[in-house]
Amino acid sequence: MAEIEGGGGGHKKGGKPKGKKLSTRVDFTPMVDLGFLLITFFMLTTSLNKPKTMELNMPVKGDDNDKTAVKVSQTVTVLLTGNNQVMYYFSDPITLDPMTPQITDFSAGGVRPMLLRENKKRVPNIDSIQVYKDLYKLSRMTEIDMKANIARLKADVEGLIVIIKADDNAKFSNIVDILDEMLICNIGRYAIVDISDPEIELIKSSAASLKTAGTVNN
Amino acid sequence: MAKVKVPRKSTSVDMTAMTDVAFLLLTFFMLATQFKPDEPVQVITPASVAEIPLPDVDVMLITISNDNKVFFDLQGEHYKKTLLEKMGKKYSIVFTEEEMKKFSQMSSFGMPIAQLKQYINLSPEKRGSFPSAGIPCDSLQNELGDWVWQSRLTNNSFRVAIKGDRDVSYPTIKQVINTLQEKDVNRFNFITSMESAQ
Repeated sequence: MAEIEGGGGGHKKGGKPKGKKLSTRVDFTPMVDLGFLLITFFMLTTSLNKPKTMELNMPVKGDDNDKTAVKVSQTVTVLLTGNNQVMYYFSDPITLDPMTPQITDFSAGGVRPMLLRENKKRVPNIDSIQVYKDLYKLSRMTEIDMKANIARLKADVEGLIVIIKADDNAKFSNIVDILDEMLICNIGRYAIVDISDPEIELIKSSAASLKTAGTVNN
Repeated sequence: MAKVKVPRKSTSVDMTAMTDVAFLLLTFFMLATQFKPDEPVQVITPASVAEIPLPDVDVMLITISNDNKVFFDLQGEHYKKTLLEKMGKKYSIVFTEEEMKKFSQMSSFGMPIAQLKQYINLSPEKRGSFPSAGIPCDSLQNELGDWVWQSRLTNNSFRVAIKGDRDVSYPTIKQVINTLQEKDVNRFNFITSMESAQ
């Protein structure tokens, strides 16, 4: 214990008859104060949770040999307009013309159901990704197996390909949001591509409806 | 009635146990702490469900503030020294040993290299009020590309991390990504904060 037993070196003081026994207990309160002060300091300066990151792979610039042709019917073009809104359109499989664009946003009921639905249409067993993850959680499957299976499903040649094009009004958070949707919807093939002039025109022409959609959502 | 003699008890509480706890916690926090580097700008990163942790070593950090200014930082004092020497050679600016030492202890910086010498020689307290213009990264004068390239020549195992504010406009991001692609950096990480999937 921390207290020191008194009367160790028992020298009786001179003439004092039965002097009051002095407690040799040390008061620890200031020490506790100091301890907690330092704890507070370190708690405030510490950054326990490490920042999380999102990986992005871009194609090698100027390497045309690496490009693969894909079916137009497989793709959906997602335009990130300003105002936290998204516009997406499919292309007609025969005439290759873009179909009527739809306007939505980044909320759970926005672009996500469309991506999930369209991806499932093309890769019917995409839902088994969740099964693999559950199996791994129950330790019925090794991590390597799970990752290999998920990667195989994500790389399905028939899978939905998302082409992401951002308008100059888009914010960085919009990019991260749409990449997030790719993760959530298990879409393995997507690319960030520069926007083309007709698409800028398209956004401009539907600016009025974008605005109204914004007010409805608010 | 006989008086019952109650022995006087001391009201002082034994603090020993509390001290023990306090110092145990203190030790934990001291060991777990990693001092936050003082950053020239406050950046609010966008939220995402991504769960890849940022690696501890060999990170090249590009910070983009909400007014679209670009900042650069490299981990590792040794590498930073070599980097400054190389950059000085390229832009024919001579940095003294003292300046290189100061530079290696700095965190992110964001100004054209012509102003860098002046910034290095400021005291750390005054650096906060230095008008950082951001590192030029447009096609006319792409210093960011040189920083990235020279860093890669110093140590090729650097991972590039982009820490952008959520309000950074897309053209700035595009410019930074284009710069990286020109320097053959095709894999990079966006730093995000945690968010649970709804």
